[in-house]
Amino acid sequence: MYDAGHYDVIVVGAGHAGVEAAHAAVKRGAKTLMLSLNLDMVAFMPCNPSIGGPAKGVVVREIDALGGLMGKVIDKTYIQMRMLNTGKGPAVRALRAQADKPLYIQEMKYQLEQLDNLTLRQAMVEELLVEDGVIKGVVTETKAAFYAKSVIITTGTFMRGRVIIGDVSYESGPNNQRASIKLAENLESLGFEIVRFKTGTPPRVNSRSIDYSKTEIQPGDENPRHFSYETTEEISDQIPCWLTYTTEETHEIINDNLGLSAMYSGMIKGTGPRYCPSIEDKVVRFHDKPRHQIFLEPEGRETEEVYVQGFSTSLPEFVQHKMLRSIPGLEEAEIMRSGYAIEYDAVVPTQLWPTLEVKNISGLYTAGQINGTSGYEEAAGQGLMAGINAAAHALDLDTLILDRSQGYIGVLIDDLVTKGTNEPYRLLTSRAEYRLLLRHDNADLRLTKIGYDLGLISEERYQAFEAKVVAIEAEKKRLSKIVVKPSEKLNQILADIGETDLREPLKALELMRRPKVTYDVIERVLEEESPLDFEVKEQVEIQVKYEGYITKSRQQVDRMKKMENKVIPEDIDYKAISSLATEARQKLEKVRPLSMGQASRISGVNPADISILLVYIEQGQIKRLSDEDR
Amino acid sequence: MMELDTIAAISTPLGEGAIAIVRLSGDKALAIANKMYRGKDLTVVDSHTIHYGRIVEPETEEMIEEVMVSVMRGPRTFTREDVVEINCHGGLASVNRLLTLALYHGARLAEPGEFTKRAFLNGRIDLSQAEAVMDLIRAKTDKAMHVAVRQLDGKLSKFITRLRQQLIETVAHVEVNIDYPEYDDVEEMTLNLLNERITLVSEEITKLLAMARQGKILREGISTAIIGRPNVGKSSLLNALVQENKAIVTDIPGTTRDIIEEYVNVRGVPLRLVDTAGIRETEDLVEKIGVERSRQVLNEADLILLVLNNNEPLTDEDRQLLEIVQDMEVIVLINKTDLDATLDHDEVKRLIDGKPVVTTSLIEEEGIDQLEEAIADTFFTGGIESSDLSYVSNARHIQLLNQAKQSLVEATFAIESEMPLDLIQIDVTRAWELLGEIIGDTVQDSLIDQLFSQFCLGK
Repeated sequence: MYDAGHYDVIVVGAGHAGVEAAHAAVKRGAKTLMLSLNLDMVAFMPCNPSIGGPAKGVVVREIDALGGLMGKVIDKTYIQMRMLNTGKGPAVRALRAQADKPLYIQEMKYQLEQLDNLTLRQAMVEELLVEDGVIKGVVTETKAAFYAKSVIITTGTFMRGRVIIGDVSYESGPNNQRASIKLAENLESLGFEIVRFKTGTPPRVNSRSIDYSKTEIQPGDENPRHFSYETTEEISDQIPCWLTYTTEETHEIINDNLGLSAMYSGMIKGTGPRYCPSIEDKVVRFHDKPRHQIFLEPEGRETEEVYVQGFSTSLPEFVQHKMLRSIPGLEEAEIMRSGYAIEYDAVVPTQLWPTLEVKNISGLYTAGQINGTSGYEEAAGQGLMAGINAAAHALDLDTLILDRSQGYIGVLIDDLVTKGTNEPYRLLTSRAEYRLLLRHDNADLRLTKIGYDLGLISEERYQAFEAKVVAIEAEKKRLSKIVVKPSEKLNQILADIGETDLREPLKALELMRRPKVTYDVIERVLEEESPLDFEVKEQVEIQVKYEGYITKSRQQVDRMKKMENKVIPEDIDYKAISSLATEARQKLEKVRPLSMGQASRISGVNPADISILLVYIEQGQIKRLSDEDR
Repeated sequence: MMELDTIAAISTPLGEGAIAIVRLSGDKALAIANKMYRGKDLTVVDSHTIHYGRIVEPETEEMIEEVMVSVMRGPRTFTREDVVEINCHGGLASVNRLLTLALYHGARLAEPGEFTKRAFLNGRIDLSQAEAVMDLIRAKTDKAMHVAVRQLDGKLSKFITRLRQQLIETVAHVEVNIDYPEYDDVEEMTLNLLNERITLVSEEITKLLAMARQGKILREGISTAIIGRPNVGKSSLLNALVQENKAIVTDIPGTTRDIIEEYVNVRGVPLRLVDTAGIRETEDLVEKIGVERSRQVLNEADLILLVLNNNEPLTDEDRQLLEIVQDMEVIVLINKTDLDATLDHDEVKRLIDGKPVVTTSLIEEEGIDQLEEAIADTFFTGGIESSDLSYVSNARHIQLLNQAKQSLVEATFAIESEMPLDLIQIDVTRAWELLGEIIGDTVQDSLIDQLFSQFCLGK
């Protein structure tokens, strides 16, 4: 072992969590080292070639509002962009990009290489240096010892990774990279509680072997929106995806070969995610469904590989081949890479503080799929937060914990560290109780100031942001002063959009509260073309139109904050509160919630326990006060 | 800081039960009980004994009630303090009287759940026992579900579970459209379909609430609001009811503002007169708190007594009040029949079609019997079977049902104004959560479970 250098922060892993962690740490002023098994695989997408979608897309916006990379990089490398749920309310609109996988890697790596304070190094970490519960550094396979005040582990599905295809199985990370075995063993010996999870990916086929005429085209949006608030240029030549379906024949092949599936033969021990079932799972569980959707998604511009979305499988290769060829358009399909299932070690996330610091090892952080999540966006969001907090730890700066009303990232981390997860965790909009506040359109309003205060947002961008805030308020004020009078022309405009006549004069702002009266309609009514930015107009419209609901949500948040602000003393001894139910006490001891709010979200801690805890804390305070009296 | 004063409260449900108990706890419990009680000297009797005797008025020594008194000295008591339980006949008026006497002799009215809290703070830490009484804390702080579940009628629990299932399937349907917009297997939830499903559930809740009405009455009295323009005789009505029925005044802190409530027992129907302080101070609820607030008071009231002046023609304000209350349980009083009738009685009857109208001269004490009869009629001829009396008897349950219904009403409004589904869904989910609080099940994750069991999702 030799001394290979000293840093503020070391990031182990360069996936979606790792890159954001390293970037954020550097932005906060930390001298940072990022270690990756393979530097050609920085921010590699081992599964679907897309970023965003409901809830996840909002996370990308949040990352961007906090100065992260994901949004910027995908905006430069997408092959297709679509805004989903446009027919629904503003809270659930979601942007999704199809990525050019190789280009995404290249662009991300390039961005990182530009950072002065970041060292990229290819190495396999095998051991953590921990002394008296404090992290000191890491040791690599080649016996290099790197030292740092903070270490972030973002090793994804590499920990004791095992790939399974039918009855074939071998030690491996995703995409046949080396699995991380020694580090996994090291974590175990350090006392980590580990769970075994499983996920899977479908085969990739050669585009030139697909008959697209038998499929339906799925084009991108004509006027693509973007993830990053800094993006100004759009990509004009978008590439479509294609939709086809499984057939009864496909289902027959699957049923005939179920015994060979690793999932059903008992070979896979890990728990898989329900929201990402394999095709054999779908066929078994929903056996009366005659067909399942299959999306054909290009993996990039300069590659012929196509991702067969909806077809994740761990059946033997020869069965995969047969199954694929029973699908319209894929009769001649040539597999380039087989689908596989992968099992891996994950850290039980209730072992972490909400900063993502490991409770028992000061200065050690974990982020991403290792914490039991799934998805690039979930990983990136955690990476960003771990980077921010690891740098804070190393440089003695402010830490950042987002609460459930501030962002999906807050929901994600709170869920993980408070409830844990018994399957790979994916964000869904329904996990957020305040989703109307956690919108795609207002991520900047929620988080830019925080990012700026932490040094993650440039002065220039912050000023643009402030100008936007001012413009929104000014426009709302302006519209609240303009009175619209009923007229034939106005009522014609209203009739055209299916609204009822206006009878009494009304403020323009009030008129916009009507469901179908958009900002555009107001412009028509006022016979003006507002010079304002699209995003300002959008914001004004949303804030005005949904004000009632937004207010209601805010009131809920205020109620939550009361519980959230009740701090639980760090030195609380749950054993001393014998009236707590046993399960509740065990859970509280494990999670060690920081507030009554967090405590109340732990499953197994019921309202009676919360009442008792409140009484207990109150009693402690009473005691302390009376001690002072003496 | 801990005040170890002696606390008292009625520890049985308010109403016309056979037996009611007033409980005292604290170092002065025995002394206070002794002052109210004539019989053995309670301060010297053995612990854990029960004694027959009388409760008397201070000074006059007039007997109020025959009682059985249990004496339990700490620490072998629920609170580990000295505890006295006075068992009396269950009439609301008499039990309230005992409580006020205890307060008169130096006890403090217990906060909701304070006995439990003391049990806890005094190291009496058996959760199983604490939880049974925790209901009180919970009912008031809205934090609880678990214990209430045990008190729940099994039939009701199943019924609510079924309603919740209908709601969550609907919500999951909306959610799947949101989280999996390209999933083509389910049809898009439409406003019409959503409305249909909400209406079904809403109607069921309405029925349940109707059945609950009597249960609630017996538990805590019918909340009754007296309204009318200034000088129509509201305070005379209040005084008439109170004098006739010897009201007990209770101070109930902790609400948004301290509303004085008075309980009176009218022919076996316990009335809880709300906002009587307002009437006493200003003689005018509407004037004092504005139409909006009074509307809210009215919405929360089970019974409204609307007073009109026989001696004045109907005013716009009267008409407005008549309109507000027309769908509520209301009795209209045409007061001051001792004066000339310049009010058009037929017009009043037309405006408030089908509701009882009683003519009174409160000053001459005329018509009060008819009023009391009307009150009793309103609640005992409602066609509610007596076996259903306990169907939903817990005030908390009723409150939750009302809130759930309100959420669904809001959802319906939102549907009418064509709000996006995902916003309407907020109210539907809220209704589902509120119903869940009744049966003690509010686990958020069950929506996600529903999502994945109902639909075949994923890439």
